[in-house]
Amino acid sequence: MKFLPLIWAALWRKKARTIFTLLSILIAFLLFGMLQGVNAAFSATIDRANVNRLMVTSSTAFTESLPYSFMAQIAQVPGVALVSHQSWFGTYYQDPKNFVFSFAADPAGLIKLYPEVHLPSEQLDAWVRTRTGAVIGSDLAKQYGWKIGDRVPLHSVIWTKAGGSSDWTFDIVGIYTTPDNPGRGNRFFFNYSYFDEARAFDKGRVGWYVVQVRDPRASAEIAAAIDKLSANSTDETETKTEKEFQQSFLKQIGDINFIVTRILFAVFFALLFATGSSLMQSVRERVPELAVLKTVGFTDGAVLWLVLAESLLLCVLAAVLGLAAAAALFPALKETIGVVTLPPVVIVEGVVIAVLLALATGLLPAWRARQLNIVDALAGR
Amino acid sequence: MASVSGQILAVTANNLRNVPQRWGISAVIVIGIAVTVAVFVSVLAMAAGFGKTLANTGRADRAIVLRGGSQSELASTMTRDNALTISDAKGVRRAADGKAIASAEMVAIISLAQKKTGTKANVTLRGVGPKAFELRPEIKITQGRMFQPAVREVIVGRAALTQFKGLDLGSHLTFHDSEWTVVGIFDSNGDSHESELMADNETLLSAFRRNLFQDVIVLLESPQAFDAFKDALTTNPTLSVDVKRETEYYAEQSKQVNKLLFFVAYVVGGIMAVGAVFGALNTMYSAVSSRSLEIATLRAIGFGALPVVCSVFVEALALALIGGLLGALAAWIFFNGNSVNTLGANFTQVVFQLTVTPRLALTGILLACLIGIIGGSFPAIRAARLPIAAALRAG
Repeated sequence: MKFLPLIWAALWRKKARTIFTLLSILIAFLLFGMLQGVNAAFSATIDRANVNRLMVTSSTAFTESLPYSFMAQIAQVPGVALVSHQSWFGTYYQDPKNFVFSFAADPAGLIKLYPEVHLPSEQLDAWVRTRTGAVIGSDLAKQYGWKIGDRVPLHSVIWTKAGGSSDWTFDIVGIYTTPDNPGRGNRFFFNYSYFDEARAFDKGRVGWYVVQVRDPRASAEIAAAIDKLSANSTDETETKTEKEFQQSFLKQIGDINFIVTRILFAVFFALLFATGSSLMQSVRERVPELAVLKTVGFTDGAVLWLVLAESLLLCVLAAVLGLAAAAALFPALKETIGVVTLPPVVIVEGVVIAVLLALATGLLPAWRARQLNIVDALAGR
Repeated sequence: MASVSGQILAVTANNLRNVPQRWGISAVIVIGIAVTVAVFVSVLAMAAGFGKTLANTGRADRAIVLRGGSQSELASTMTRDNALTISDAKGVRRAADGKAIASAEMVAIISLAQKKTGTKANVTLRGVGPKAFELRPEIKITQGRMFQPAVREVIVGRAALTQFKGLDLGSHLTFHDSEWTVVGIFDSNGDSHESELMADNETLLSAFRRNLFQDVIVLLESPQAFDAFKDALTTNPTLSVDVKRETEYYAEQSKQVNKLLFFVAYVVGGIMAVGAVFGALNTMYSAVSSRSLEIATLRAIGFGALPVVCSVFVEALALALIGGLLGALAAWIFFNGNSVNTLGANFTQVVFQLTVTPRLALTGILLACLIGIIGGSFPAIRAARLPIAAALRAG
């Protein structure tokens, strides 16, 4: 620690070079934070998936509906604690740009199955009582200024009513919050009974079932038992854990991880050169100074550590600044990825990479400093 | 005393000859810029490829008719009566047998295992009417034969075949408890239909136990006939439909993905470019500092500041240009023609190819030059202001 001022002074020996190197590293870690943050946010959705829940969808594709009659059959399968269903409604509010993630659901079942969704019990009661009632997330309420008691018209791109109209009106009766996952407050849930009664086609069917199992270790057997119910029927099901379902869902968009890794690999490859050459140059210019240090009693090892510490200080300092900038900018991405904060794991990864970068770029110059022969160095040979 | 341009040439040429001696530090600028340009060009190549695939799908003399307000084929529904009315409307081209060249289509999604990952992904299964291949002459069977009506047979697009398992000629597909045979493979001019499966619409409707089509595609008498056709449909009180030119429909479908890719290209590319500027500044400042004795000597024997400034600029630009060329070349070698897939409008996979166009490569090289100019400017000023006497003494 007592050498910190010495290391600090050596670092700022050539101000411009250090600043530019620092900024290059900072930029690389800013990118790392943003890209890896997006990546981590997507996998967080998967990690956050509840291990107790299974998704039952049509084996043809998850957009195909399933008969409502499966509900009672699935409930009978041993190990199933709860079963409920949802249907994708596909709506926008006033303008196609204002897409609303809306689902027809069974109120009581939904709240029991998703303990992470907090809804005051009197609002749940009101939802059960109100045929056209809807419960919305707090973010959605904020976005359009909707409050309890409002009557909201939505246009469904899929579902028409018996008369041919695609416009549906709902009464907001509750606003839910998801304190553990702030990104999820953008959904719109309403009564399936209203939906099924009013729609023009596909009556008596639901989008998918959500099942809660008693013992997650038995998930595979329970899933197989559920799929067996409909085997060789026209509505075969495919049951997956919530995690598997979300994984396959995200994979469809494209391999985000693959693209992010490629870009970051390229960035750090360039950075390795930039930092490495700047450190090498710095040591080359300081040969006489390092020789003086050795003359006054610094051991070879101490000189090696001094140079290495310099590289560590530079890289870690720049990385922390870059990651801090990424953390500050990250909330701007909320609209696109639905996550508000940079996942802490990314910051930890970033610092580890900074240390590795410092070692990779610092080792060669440090070794060179260690090998210096005092007499030759002072003589300028 | 030589002319100013002579001085510029002499100093610049001499400097460029010496660049290889500083290759270590010069590599920083080259690699930094090459990497930036490679990332920038590849992401834009993705957008270009996706746009091209969707643009190819549309023709100005074809129109797509969806239920009003439904936005995409998958969300739309269309009754038989409505489909008939639409096919018979004014402006629709007639075939030799007098029937309208139109196809009432059913669009379903089936999920199949991908070859690359083994995980399932959605593929479009399109049920088409008897006139569908007069409607889309670009579709050509390359292997096997066309499906027969009333038989459970499908034909598979070239891109779908490469992306999904179990679609080879003669293989069987099972969905909704019905078994289908792949009887043909088709090409479709590289458009998004190549990522699809096609079958007879009536046979498919019965397998899915549906009685609604999704939409109707018609061939118009000419691109100009569109307005008359649209007016005929929108003024018909029995219909509530959205009528779009196919070109317009597919351009809208690519908007979302393109917006995202452009965002990535310009934000990530922009941040990387800033990083490359810092690298370039570092390189050029150290180049100037290593040349300080040379520069001071030149100034002392009567060379002006301009030739020195020019030599720094040219060095920065030359290195940036090498970096830009390397980056564009790398993007072209590694990524041009690579197949990528993502979700399209029907929530199904669309396969497209990264296309590094000469224009994109040029954009990348221009970006490189911009980085070089910024990275060269401040060091050039420093070189011009170098205190001659001090530099000579220090040397």
